[in-house]
Amino acid sequence: MTDTHEMERQATAAPAIELKGISKAFGPVQANKDISIRVMPGTIHGIIGENGAGKSTLMSILYGFYKADKGEIFISGRKTEIPDSQAAIAAGIGMVFQHFKLVENFTVLENIILGAEDGRLLKPSLAKARKSLLKLADDYGLRVDPDALIQDIGVGMQQRVEILKALYRQADILILDEPTGVLTPAEADQLFRILGRLKSEGKTIILITHKLREIMETTDTVSVMRRGEMTATVKTSETSPAELAELMVGRKVLLRVDKDVATPGEVILDIKGLRVVDDKGVERLRGIDLQVRAGEILGVAGVAGNGQSELLEVLGGYQTGTGSVRVNGQELDLTGKHSDGQSRRKHGIAHVPEDRQREGLIMDYHAWENTAFGYHKDPAYRSGMLMNNAAIKADTVEKMERFDVRPPNPKLAAKNFSGGNQQKIVLAREIERNPDLLLIGQPTRGVDIGAIEFIHQQIVALRDQGKAILLVSVELEEILALSDRVAVMFDGQVMGTRDASATDEKELGLMMAGITEAQSTPMEA
Amino acid sequence: MDVMPKWAEVVLVPLISLLLAAILSALVILGIGEDPVAAVKLMISGALGSTYGWGYTLYYATNFMFTGLCVAIAFHARLFNIGGEGQAMLGGLGVALACLYIPWPHWSLALVGATAMAAIFGAAWAAIPAFLQAKRGSHIVITTIMFNFIAAAVLNYILVNMMRPQGSMDPATARFPDATKLPTLHDMLAPIGINFSQAAPANISLLVAIAACIFLWLLIWRTRLGYEIRAYGHSESAAKYAGISPFKITMIAMTISGALAGMMAINNVMGEAERLVLNATEGAGFIGIAVALMGRSHPLGVFLAAILFGFLYQGGAELALWTSIPRELIVVIQALVILFTGALDNMVRMPLEKIFLTLRSLRAPKPERKPVEPAE
Repeated sequence: MTDTHEMERQATAAPAIELKGISKAFGPVQANKDISIRVMPGTIHGIIGENGAGKSTLMSILYGFYKADKGEIFISGRKTEIPDSQAAIAAGIGMVFQHFKLVENFTVLENIILGAEDGRLLKPSLAKARKSLLKLADDYGLRVDPDALIQDIGVGMQQRVEILKALYRQADILILDEPTGVLTPAEADQLFRILGRLKSEGKTIILITHKLREIMETTDTVSVMRRGEMTATVKTSETSPAELAELMVGRKVLLRVDKDVATPGEVILDIKGLRVVDDKGVERLRGIDLQVRAGEILGVAGVAGNGQSELLEVLGGYQTGTGSVRVNGQELDLTGKHSDGQSRRKHGIAHVPEDRQREGLIMDYHAWENTAFGYHKDPAYRSGMLMNNAAIKADTVEKMERFDVRPPNPKLAAKNFSGGNQQKIVLAREIERNPDLLLIGQPTRGVDIGAIEFIHQQIVALRDQGKAILLVSVELEEILALSDRVAVMFDGQVMGTRDASATDEKELGLMMAGITEAQSTPMEA
Repeated sequence: MDVMPKWAEVVLVPLISLLLAAILSALVILGIGEDPVAAVKLMISGALGSTYGWGYTLYYATNFMFTGLCVAIAFHARLFNIGGEGQAMLGGLGVALACLYIPWPHWSLALVGATAMAAIFGAAWAAIPAFLQAKRGSHIVITTIMFNFIAAAVLNYILVNMMRPQGSMDPATARFPDATKLPTLHDMLAPIGINFSQAAPANISLLVAIAACIFLWLLIWRTRLGYEIRAYGHSESAAKYAGISPFKITMIAMTISGALAGMMAINNVMGEAERLVLNATEGAGFIGIAVALMGRSHPLGVFLAAILFGFLYQGGAELALWTSIPRELIVVIQALVILFTGALDNMVRMPLEKIFLTLRSLRAPKPERKPVEPAE
C-alpha cells in the first residue's frame, strides 16, 4: 500500500492472465496436463484444438466451474483463487458460452442485469442499467435494442447480449467459447469487428475455437492444445493454417475435400412451390422449387433463419407445409396422417438433423439405444413382441468401429460423447440405412477437424454410390467444398442455384444478403 | 457413466433416506413422551410378526403396487399423473358393475372380467386429461387433480342415487354375489400346508399386482412402445424428429397409467370390501406417487417400495391401536418417509456422490465416468 504507483506499473506490465502448471483429471481422464499460458493485456489470444482436447475444461477452471487439481492462476500479476464464477466475475473475467445462458422471454435489459441487480426494487436498477448499456453500446459499437425480447432477436444479436452482460459486469478479460459455432459468416465477421474494437479499448480476449480461419484472421497469439496438453504457443503472424492444423491433430489434414466430378442421374427429390407457415403465422418458406438428382450433392447456403431449418423439418416430416414434394416420383404427405418421420424413413429418406442434441439423439439414452432411434421399428431390431436389444448392441459395436466413434462403448450415454463423436453416431445410423435421399443439416457444427474430414468423406462416398444429398450448412466453405450445385436461400425463397465450380464465396455472399445481379441495393432481412 | 455404482443408487440412497426419516420420527415420538424403541418393536410385530399382520401389510402393498406402477409409467413419458386416486375410484365402479350385473359362474372368470372392467374405467378416466393435455395443452397435473374431485362427486352421486340397495342407509352398493369372492392368501396357502390367517384381507390380487410389475418392466425396457415412451419422456423434440407422435404417446401412457390405477379396485373393492363403498381408495392413489418416487419409477423399485409402505400402513394402524400415540402422528411418520424418500432425495444423493467421488480418486484407476469436455 506504500507505493500504489509502483503497483500500478507492475500491473500493466504483468500478463492479464497467467496460468501456471494447471492440471485437472476426471477420474482416469487427464483433461488438462500441466498447462501454462500467458496472455498479455490488450491482445486477442486464440486457443485452438480438437473437441476433447481440453480447451473448455481449461476455461471452466479459469471461470471457476471446476477446481484445478494442481496449478496457479495469476490475474494481472496477482495470484488469484477462483472457487466459483462469482469470484471470476469479481476478478474481471467474463465468459461467453457456446450455448447462451439467456432467459428467452426476458428483454435484453432484463437479461443483462440478471444476477447483478442492485437494491430490492427492479425499476431503479433497470434504469441505471439502461444508461450504462447505452454507454457500452456507444463505446464498443455494440448496438442492441434494450427492450427486445431475447426470443425475438437473432443468434448474432443474442451473442452480443452475452458480451454486453460480461462488459456490464466490468469484465476486462473476455473468454469466448466457440463463438462462431452458431453464427453465419456475416454475423461472424461482425463479431470479429467487435472483438477488434474491444481489443483497441484495452480488453483482453481469449478466443476458443477449432476454426483455423478465425485464428489466423483475428488473434495476436495462439496456443494449440492436444489431448489435454498445450503443444505450442506461437505468434499468429509467424505461423500458417497448415502448421496449426498439424499441431492440432498431429498429422496432416485435408482442408479441401477430395472428390471426383459428379455424375448426376435421375431426379430423386423434386420440390415444387413448397410453403411453410409456422405456428405464429409467419410464412417461413415462400414457394420453394428445388431438385436433387441421384449422385449429386445440393448445398443449401444462406444466413441461418432464412428457411433452411423449416425446409429440413418439412422434408423430415415434423413440420407441415403445402405444395408438392416428390421423392422417387412418389408424392409425400405434407400435412396428413403420413406426415411424420416414420413414413419419411419408409420413403428412403434419412435425416441428419441440424441440432443433434435436441433432435438427433436422446442424450440420456445409451449409444446403442440411439443407434436404433427412428429405426426402432426395423424388423431386424425385433424378436417377437419385444425389441432385440442384443441385435441392436451388436449393430452398434460394428457401426462404432466403422465410424471410429470414441470411446467405442455402446453402453455410454450419448451425452458423455464429445460433439464430433455424437455426430458420428447420428451419421452412422443414417448413412448405413442406405437411403435414397440424405438430408443433412450442419454436418460439422461443433465438430473437430479430424472428424470433419471423416464426415465429409462419408458424405462424398454416399454421393458416389448414386444417392441424392441435400446439404444445409451455414459454413460457406463447407458448402463450396462439398456441393456439386449450390442453392442460396434468403427470406424463405431460393435466390438462385449455381454450379459449385462456377461460383465463389463473393457471389454466394451477395445472394445470401438478398442481392441478385439485377439489383444492387440489399433487401431488408 | 454414473457417479455412483448402481447398488448405491438403488439400495443405499433409499435406505439412508429411510433411516433419516426413522430418526426424525423417533424424535417426534420422544417429544410426546413415548418410547420410540417400543414403538418400532410394536410396528414390526404388528405388521410382520404374524400371518395376520403380513396379510394386512401385503393387502396394502397390493394397492400401492398398482397405484405406484400407475405413476411410474406416466413418469417415463414425463407426465405427472396425480389422478391415480380418481382413476382407482372409477376402477371400483367398473368392478362393482362387473360383479353385480354379470352372473359369473366362477371367481376366476369374475376376476378376469372385473380386472378388465376396472382397467377400462380407470383408463377412460385418465384418457380425458390426457386428451386435454395432448390436444389443448391443459396441464395434466392440474386436470388430473381436478378429476380426482370429479370422480369422488360422481361416485357419491351414483352410490347414493343409483346403486344403493333399496332401504339401505349406507351409501354403498349391495354385497357382491358369492361367486365373485376371490380366494384369500389363507385359501391359497392352505393346500400347501401353510396356515395363513383367515381374517387378513390379502388375496389373489397380490399375484395380479406382481404380474403387472413384470408386465410393466417388459413394456418399458423391452418393447418398442416402451422405447418410444421413454424417448418422448427424455426429449419431445427428438421424439418428433424420429416420427414418434407426442399425441399418441401421451394418450397411450396415460391410458396404461389409468388402467393400472383402476385395477387396484380388484384388491380393495372385490377382494376386501366385496361391495363398493364411499372413499374405498383411502388415499392409495396419492401414496402411489411416493411409491413411484422411492422406487425410481422402476417396477422392481415400485414393488419393494409398495411393501415398505404396506408395512408402514399396517404398523401404523397397530401403533394407533395399542399405544397412546395418536393416529395423526402415524400420518406424520408416514409423511416423513414420503418427504425423505421422495422429495428430499437429492439431500442424501449429493453428499453420497461426493463420498463416492473421493473414494474413487483415492483408489486411482477405475472406469471413467465423466466426459473430458463436459462443456461441449
